[in-house]
Parts: sequence; C-alpha cells; structure tokens
Amino acid sequence: MEKSIKKYFPIFVLPTLAAFTIGFIVPFIMGIYLSFCEFTTVQDAKFVGIRNYLNIFSDSTFVHSLGFTALFTVVSVVTINFFGFTIAMLLTKGIKGTNIFRTVFFMPNLIGGIVLGYIWQLLLNGILLQFDRTLTYSGAYGFWGLIILMNWQQIGYMMIIYIAGIQNIPGELIEAAKIDGAKPSQILRHVTIPMVMPSITICTFLTLTNSFKLFDQNLALTAGEPSNKSEMLALNIFNTFYTRNGWEGVGQAKAVVFFLLVALIAITQNWLTRSKEVQQ
Amino acid sequence: MSSVRKAKHGWILSIIFTLISLLYVYPVFLVLLNSFKKKVYISKRPFELPVGEKMFVGLENYIGGIEKTNFLAAFATSLFITVLSVLVIVVCTSMTAWYITRVKNVMTSGIYYLCLFSMIVPFQMVMFTLSKLADMLRLNTPWGLIIVYLGFGAGLAVFMFCGFVKSIPLEIEEAAMIDGCTPIQTYFSIVFPILKPTCITVAILQAMWIWNDYLLPYLTLDLKRFRTIPIAVQYLKGGFGSIDMGAMMATLVLAIIPIIVFYLVCQKYIIEGVVSGAVKG
Repeated sequence: MEKSIKKYFPIFVLPTLAAFTIGFIVPFIMGIYLSFCEFTTVQDAKFVGIRNYLNIFSDSTFVHSLGFTALFTVVSVVTINFFGFTIAMLLTKGIKGTNIFRTVFFMPNLIGGIVLGYIWQLLLNGILLQFDRTLTYSGAYGFWGLIILMNWQQIGYMMIIYIAGIQNIPGELIEAAKIDGAKPSQILRHVTIPMVMPSITICTFLTLTNSFKLFDQNLALTAGEPSNKSEMLALNIFNTFYTRNGWEGVGQAKAVVFFLLVALIAITQNWLTRSKEVQQ
Repeated sequence: MSSVRKAKHGWILSIIFTLISLLYVYPVFLVLLNSFKKKVYISKRPFELPVGEKMFVGLENYIGGIEKTNFLAAFATSLFITVLSVLVIVVCTSMTAWYITRVKNVMTSGIYYLCLFSMIVPFQMVMFTLSKLADMLRLNTPWGLIIVYLGFGAGLAVFMFCGFVKSIPLEIEEAAMIDGCTPIQTYFSIVFPILKPTCITVAILQAMWIWNDYLLPYLTLDLKRFRTIPIAVQYLKGGFGSIDMGAMMATLVLAIIPIIVFYLVCQKYIIEGVVSGAVKG
C-alpha cells in the first residue's frame, strides 16, 4: 500500500510543503542569516558578524522590556491558573447555572487582542479618572492593566481545560479517599491535583507562551507608553524594526534571542511538569 | 445531613457566580453603553448612562464608525480570509498528515519534525523576512494571505492530524485499495470522514487565530486596498490625530457582535474543540 500512495506526493504533500516553505522555512533561515547583517531591505544585507547581538544589550529599552515581560509572565501564569483551577473546581460541583457561567467565562477568548485592549482601556481609564490618573501614568499602571486584561481573557480557556481534567478523575478514587477519612483539603492535594497534572502541564504551557509572546493587547492597551515603560518584548522587537531607522539588524537579532527564550521556556516547562504526571 | 449542606452551599455559590458573571460581561456592556453616547462625554463620563439630549446620539457613532473604518469592506475581507484559509488548511494539512504518517522515509519524518519545530517559533522571528518575501511574491492580497496562513498554520495542524491518523487502523484503507480505490479516492471516501472530529478542532483553533490576527495581515496585506477588522480598529487610533471615541466604541461593538453570534451558535463545538485541541497540543 505504501508504494501506491508514494507516487501521489505532489497531490498530498506538495501544496502544504510549498506554502510551509514560503511561510516558515525560508523566512526562518533568512531571519537567522540577517541577524548577522546590517540591512534596511533584504537585498542590501551586509555581513557584520555578531555586532547586532552586542548592540542588543546596550539598548536599555530591550533590557527593560525583558524584565517587564518576565515579571508579567510569572504573575499572569500564577493568577490565571489559580483562578482558572478554582473556578473549575467550583463549577464541577453541579450547582445551578453551571452551563451559563461556563459560557460567560469562556466568551472573552474569542474576542481579539486589539479589540480587548480598547475595551479595557475605556474601563480602566474611566476608573483611574476618579484619581486623576490614566493607564499611561507609569509603567506599573500598564503592567497591572495588562494583568487584569489577560486574566479576564484567559481564565475561561484554562477553566474549560481544567474542568475536562477534573471530570476525567474516576469517581471511585474520590469515594475511596472519603471512606478512608480524608479531609477535602487532603483529597485536593493527594488525589485531585496529581490526577489533573496533564491539564496543569497544558495550561501552564499555554499561559506561559501566551503571556511571554503577548503583542496585540500590549499595543492596544498602552502601546508601551509612557516612554516604553510598559513595552513588552514582542512590541519592543516590532518597534525596533519599524520605528527606528537603521536598526533592522538589531531587531532581527532581538527576534532570534526572543525565539531562543521561547524555545527554552517551552522545552524546560514541558520537561518539568511532564515528570510530575501520574501514569494512568 | 451532608446532602442538605451541599444544597445550601450550592445556592450560595450560584449567587456568587451570578455576580461574577455580571462583572464579567460588564466591560463589553460598558462599551455598548458608550457607543450611544456623544463622543466628548465618553472619556470624561464613561460610567454614566447615555440618556437625555445632551448625551444620547442614537446611531450617529455607528454611522461615523462604519464610514471611517470602511467597516463593511473590512468585515468582508476578514470573513473571506478566515473562511478560505481554514478550509484550505483543513483539506491540505490533513492530506499531508495522512501521507507522511502512511509513507515512512527520511523526508516525511523530516517534514513532521519541522512542523513540530515551527510550533515553538514566535511570529516575531519571521515577521520581517516573511512580510518582505510575501511582498516579493505578490502575496499581499487576501488570496495571497491564504497561502501565507497555510504555511504558517501548517505546523500545528499537521501535528494534530498526525496524532489522529496514527490511531486509524490500516485494514480499512487496505481493503479499499484492494477493491481498486486510488489513494485519492481512499483518502476522501474513507479517511477524511473518519478525521471529521479533528477537522472541527483544527478549524476552530485556526479560525479563532486567523479572525483575530492583527500583525500578520497588517505586515503582509496592501493596506491601501485591504483591511481586516483588527486593522480597521487599530487604524482608528493611528489614522486620526486624536481618537474619535464615538467611532471607536461603535466599531468595537460591531467587531464583537459577529463573534458572540458565532459563539452562541457553535458553542458546543468550540468548547469541545478547545478541550481536544489542548489534549493533543
């Protein structure tokens, strides 16, 4: 059978492979190469070695955005997963209206980042107006604004995944723990959490990468104001490319560093939580 | 005794969650409220109801918003790109996934690992080069964008389809081939129908991404001719010195309505899609 399928390569694989080459492989390789070049368009690239990489860290906006992004990621991963898991626990107790609550909590996920950013800009600026401040008063306002926005958007998504995980726990397991006299907190710690570890792996992975790569919400809510103080990595890279003349090479080098960081986070996280999962 | 306590708890929880739910929809409600307010009052008094002749402007903001953003054209562009890209992605990548799972050689496993690899590469990494390449190849139209989306979305989709194809028993396909089906007939009459649940999952995840995507179309499309909804919204801020808050509120409402309608109609599929997508991703 394999043989007869094999000659159909042009029909089955070629369209995807061609698009994949244009949309990913070529830009990726070109991107690596250009990070070692000085250029304004692709055609005038001149090889300059690792100079772009050395310039990255003398750029204080990059260092600031790296710190901002790292802190933002930690806070948002912890809060989103805490609230997502808690709500999932409460919504699996069979209370009245569970379906409606689930529908409402999930809804913000479908709204795009740009639209979300402007919705929250209106609300948060309205509240801050009472204190004569705005979101762009200082970097801290932008930081907490983004945390609230991301929680509002992502709690529902994680809740859905946690609910599926909790519902997969065999009922006998909880019953057996109860008969053995386990308190609810003990059941949570020794039965529920170990059993939903696969969901925790996925949710921390998704929140980690979503938060670290955040762009649209950042652009719409504060656009990095005031003076790049609320600027995250993705936006910093974008601004380096498109608002600073002659910095394209540095922008591409930043993008490579950004990619390496994302890859490192993804691989480490996967390895760490997978090792904690129970074999079923 | 314990069941009585549980019921009492349930009521309290239901009430608490009702309050939280109201709080949850409040931001969207606030935008809706302000879309009927005279624009000078939106930033100054966002929490007041748009009542009285001074505040209430009827559909004025909507008319202004639709004109300024050319919203109907943006909506059509977004819909065209999303629907066609999702269709193309589902058909092409599922075919690819079947082929590279069934035919085992260095190249097919190379493609598989490249797809896996592409999933951890952030868009910023290829942002500049991809937009320049798309420009050179004249892919700066909605049609061209479909190719770009197929290319950039292929990684996740191929990976998810491969996971499912592995679980399909070979015997069914072999029987069809012995009966004289060509691989194409076998694929479309036997394999593709079996893949339907995964198709829905992939379609939902890709549609959520493409409909809301801002940066890729912003950098690739010829913005003088084509705009998607997120670009139109962002343009309101960039295009006119000070933001016309009235037009902004109206456009935000118009951008949210189709999503909520779609969500309420397809809720079951969306939630199932997210859950099974998460298990495989």
